[in-house]
Order: sequence, then C-alpha cells, then structure tokens
Amino acid sequence: MANKLINEMGLRKSLRHIFAARNIITAKDALSLTEFELMELLDVGLAEVKFAVALISEIASPHYQTVQSLLEQRMQNEYLTGHLPTHLKGLDAALCGGLPFGTLTELVGPSGIGKTQFCLKISLLAALPSCYGGLDGHVIYIDVESKFSSRRLIEIGINSFPEIFCLEGMAKEMAGRITVLRPGSLTEFTESLQKIKVSVLQHQVKLLIIDSMAALVSGEYEQGPQRHHPLGWHISFIKSLAEFSRIPVVMTNQVRSRGANQIFRYIFQESRDLTVEDDNEKCDSRLVAALGIHWAHAVNIRLVLESRSGQRFIKVAKSPVSPPLAFPFQVTSMGIVLLNDDGVEMAGSQINAIDHQGHVDIVHHGDER
Amino acid sequence: MEVLRLPLSASHKGKLISAGYTSIASLSSLSPSHLAIELKISETDALEILKSVSDGIGLPSTSSSVTIVNGAQSAWDMLQEEETLVHITTSCADLDNILGGGISCKEVTEIGGVPGIGKTQLGIQLAVNVQIPYHYGGVGGKAIYVDTEGSFMVERALQIAEACGDDMAEYSRLYHKGPQACEVKMMQAKDFLENIFYFRVCSYTEQIALTNYLDKFITEHKDVKVVIIDSITFHFRQDFDDMALRTRVLGGIALNLMKLARKYGVAVVVLNQVTNKYSDGSFHLALALGDSWSHASTNRIILHWNGDERHAYIDKSPSLRSASAPYSVTSKGIRNLTSNKKRIKHM
Repeated sequence: MANKLINEMGLRKSLRHIFAARNIITAKDALSLTEFELMELLDVGLAEVKFAVALISEIASPHYQTVQSLLEQRMQNEYLTGHLPTHLKGLDAALCGGLPFGTLTELVGPSGIGKTQFCLKISLLAALPSCYGGLDGHVIYIDVESKFSSRRLIEIGINSFPEIFCLEGMAKEMAGRITVLRPGSLTEFTESLQKIKVSVLQHQVKLLIIDSMAALVSGEYEQGPQRHHPLGWHISFIKSLAEFSRIPVVMTNQVRSRGANQIFRYIFQESRDLTVEDDNEKCDSRLVAALGIHWAHAVNIRLVLESRSGQRFIKVAKSPVSPPLAFPFQVTSMGIVLLNDDGVEMAGSQINAIDHQGHVDIVHHGDER
Repeated sequence: MEVLRLPLSASHKGKLISAGYTSIASLSSLSPSHLAIELKISETDALEILKSVSDGIGLPSTSSSVTIVNGAQSAWDMLQEEETLVHITTSCADLDNILGGGISCKEVTEIGGVPGIGKTQLGIQLAVNVQIPYHYGGVGGKAIYVDTEGSFMVERALQIAEACGDDMAEYSRLYHKGPQACEVKMMQAKDFLENIFYFRVCSYTEQIALTNYLDKFITEHKDVKVVIIDSITFHFRQDFDDMALRTRVLGGIALNLMKLARKYGVAVVVLNQVTNKYSDGSFHLALALGDSWSHASTNRIILHWNGDERHAYIDKSPSLRSASAPYSVTSKGIRNLTSNKKRIKHM
C-alpha cells in the first residue's frame, strides 16, 4: 500500500495538484518527508499539511484484523491449518503440525550433516498427493551449491512411500513437480527470485527451497563493520513472497568458525564476574551460523543440525511455538529419520550452539547407507 | 522569536520578511486587514498568520492554572499522576519486581535481544496480559499488535491466552470460594484473541503511515492500553540507503509514539533487534538502529543469555535502578524461572 497514488485519496483538488506538481506521487514519497519539509516544499500551511498527512496515513496504513478472526480464517481456509508436515513425528508435534506457511524456516549445520537430505525429503512431501499427507503442489528448488540429486530424491521416495512410487509413472510425476534452479551468482539469484514471484501464483507452487543462502555471499561477506547486509533486499523479498503466497520457505545456512575478536556479549556484561568469561573461552571451538545476527533475526524458525559424540541431533533453536527441544536423528535410505519422538529439552543457550564433535565418524557411517 | 520559526507556509513567510516583519513582536499589534493589504494576501490568510503568531508567543490564556508556562505541569502534579500509573504485568514476578510492577502505561519501553531470546513471546504475553480485568489486578484493556516481521504466531497466542484464562480461573477458585465464584464472568481464550488488533506492516512507508494513523485508531478504540511493535527495526534495516533520512524518519516515529503514550495513557512496547557493534577492537552486541534511536525510548530492557538462563536487564530508565532478573519461556508463556525448574518436561 506504500505505492498508493495520492491523486486517488480524495484530497481537495487544489491540494492534489500541488502534490502532483512537486512530484510527490505516492504515499511513500509523502510520508518519507516530515511535516515541516512538506510545508516548505508544497508551500501550504501547517493545518493543511497535517490534514493531508493524516489522510494519506490512514489510507496507506494496513487494515487490522483481530487475532481471533485470523485464527478462524486459518482454520477454515487452509489445508492442515497452514502447516507442511515433515513426517518426523516429534518435530511436527513441537511445531504444531509442521513447517508453517508464510514463514521462513532455516536449517543450519556443518557440511554433510543432512541439510540437503532434509530439503529433498520435504520437497517430496510437498509434491505428494494430499491423500498421502502431502500438499499436492509444485516445488521450486533453488540449488546454489549444486547438491541436488534426482537419483537420491527418487531413492528417498521409493523407500519412504513405496505404495506411491511403485505405481506406474508416479515417480516421474512426482519428480516432474520439482523444478530445480541453479543460479551461479548473487545477481542470477536475484533475477530468478523475481521470476519466481510471478510463477508462484500462476502455478500451484507450494514450497520454495533455497539450498543454501550462505553460498551466495561466501567470500564477499564476513567480519568487519558493515553498514549493509548483502542480502538485505533478499530478506525482505523472500519474506513477503512467503507471506503473500502463503507457502513455507525453507533455506539452509552454512557454519563458520567464530572469529577470535567476536565477543557475543553486551558491553554491560563486560564487568561481570570472570566465570562467565571462562565459560565462553571454552566454547571458542564452537561454530556459528553464517550470515550473521541480522539474518538470524529475519528467520522465523531455526533448526540446528549438529553432531555430538557420534550422534546427530536436530534442534529447534528458534521457534515461536516450540520449547527448545533436541531430537536425535540419522540419515537412512528414507532420508532423515528421528530415533525417538520425545526430544530432550535443552537448557539455556545450548540450543543455539552448533557442535561437530565426532563428525568424521558420522560421515563414514553415512557412506554405508 | 523570529518569523522564520513560525508554522507558516514558505510563501507567507517570504512575504512577511520582504515586508519587513522579521520578529514576532513586530506583528503582535497588527490588525488582520492591515496585514492583508500590506502583504497582498486575503484577509483569512492574514488572520491565520496572526493566530499562529499569538499561539507562538503563548499569550496567557484565561484559564486559572497556576503554572507559569501554559500547558506545563508541576513536578508535584506529575508525582501524583505517577502514583496512579498502572502497570501491565509480564507474568514473571521477578521481572515485574525490577520493573516496579510491570511495563508502565504512558511510557515507551524498548525491549531488545538476540534472535530466539523471547522478544516476540514477551510481546504476545503483554498483548494477552493487558486484558486481565480490574478485579484480577489487571488493566482490562485491549491490545494493538503491529507485526513487521511476520513472526506473530496465532497458535502461540492461543496457547498463552488459554494459560492466562486458566490462571484466572485458578485465582478466582482460591479467593472466591463458594458458589459466587461462578458469577464472575470468565474470560475465554476466544475473548482474549478477539481483543488483540493485529496489523501486518509490509514496508517502512506503511509503518510510518500506521504510526500516524494509530492516533485516530486509538480515539476510536478508547480501551486500547498497549501498543506492541514487533519489531521497529526490520524494514528500516534493509530498505534504507540514505542513513540521514532513516534517522529523521525514525525520529518522527519515536516522537509520535511518545505522544501516543502520553496522550492516551497507553503503554508502547517497541521490540528491537541486536547488531554487532565494533568498538575497542572487538565486536559487541548492541541494539540496532544506532545511537540516535537509543534516545527514543523512555525505558530500555535488554534480554540476554546469562549462562543457561534468560535474563532481562534494565539498560536505561529514568526512574528504575539498573537491575537484572531471570525469566523463562514456558509453554504457558513468560514465567518465573523457578517454576520452570519444577516443570516436568512436557510432550
């Protein structure tokens, strides 16, 4: 509504002309200026400017909904009350039914932990007919790291849903619903995002996957004080895309080792007792998610995949609905499988830590599948 | 005071100055018709100018107020008013304690913290808690929730509302034993959700527009007692190239919010993100939007991890001493830390 034309807002005719003559065409133009600046620019009195700003504001501001009506609307209109089930029981329960529509879900973890496996599995689930618990829609898979494997996709499908994939032609149809894009650079990625915006609405696209976000900016981004996030525009764009087409968006993120001079504390915490400091020193070997804190604010749900003493865990690190739970999992021929559905509640900030102890074992173990 | 500083249009100012009226004193004894002829403007315009002149000097009005300057308030009166100031509970007793009873109405409170610390949770909790009726020690108001990030979860609001309803039922069972307990109309989760007005803001222009419009909206919905903005940061962090403009626009929003808080006695809660700030050769966490914004809020609370506990720290407040209190986020919402330890792992 930011681009609404001032001309059509029912202002007095003379005032309308003044706005048009000063090239203040949209609400955005007008509201970026202060009342005083407008007076200078338009050469009209305070009362009139105030009146105009109030009117423009009223028209440009979004309409409200009570949360109750929002809830009812979701219940009625949306299949599965707006969630894409991951078919990992414990995780689905924790997230109130799966990955919610209209939000960004992020997977963070060291390489080889199973992020892509997770993505492959859920892209199948979104493509699956609704009688099997899928969304019966198309999937757009943006594969930045060239890790998408159709063969693995079919393998997961045959093993997890033998009843569907053994039917004649079903494997072809399911795989046909998944569109893979391979942008080579950030610019290409930006272009393909813009194209997607149109096609999401035209075709029945029910899921957007970006694997991985971090690969797009690796190298250019890291450390140093920076005014602007290289993905600033993309964050807004993907968020609004998710919101308006009401589809879940899943992204993966890489890890980085933490720089020596990066202290993740506030200045007022400095003078506190030194025990805390020792604590922090110890975990210096830990990894942190790439793309920085700005990005972490933007995602709605963050799932951390890590390995501790030879066991892989998937942790709900940030979620508005779920308590901080960790589920052990393994990667099998069916894709990611939870070892138990109860989950362990994690204490405190541990939920955000990304461990990779005994990771070598796991890669080896993974090769056997 | 000079004519230049009057709230007049540029052409009127130009005419005044070219006619030799540079100070307000020179205008104070003029008649409108005289001025109209001299400046070659219509008489109504002249009248407007003279009106703003007299407003500008603040001529003593006929009211019998004892203050020296019009519209001012003595510190004593303010104290009286402060004592009647209501607070919205956060549902965490420790946090309420350091805040002097909760988030105070009539003030702008900024709450910031790292991702996943519980900012949105606290926001939803406040939107529900503001509705606790008077006879349960609440404010009995309604809430406006401005969502800029799309992080508001209806399911979560439902959980928190249900828990709040249960707590109130428990309370009335304990304190009003006997049949009369049933007489008190219980609030259902549905009622709670009905009273939260949810605005989804998708660009910074909409955010400015909404801040301007809220004034009118609250006039129409008098019982709104809290405005939650989750978060103030999001759009201003990505869409702005012109930093000077950003500072100016944010300043405007801050002023508007303060005005809202004072005028209608609502609590304004602004959630903010954190950023890495480079100082003394290392990175520190600091709330986003820079130094000029940090003046915008009356109170500033930072949520942070202290070891394995979540803590809230009062970073800035004119009346509260700087203190820190632990809290926890449970399935019922924001609660005291101790109750968390007793809690059995659910699911």
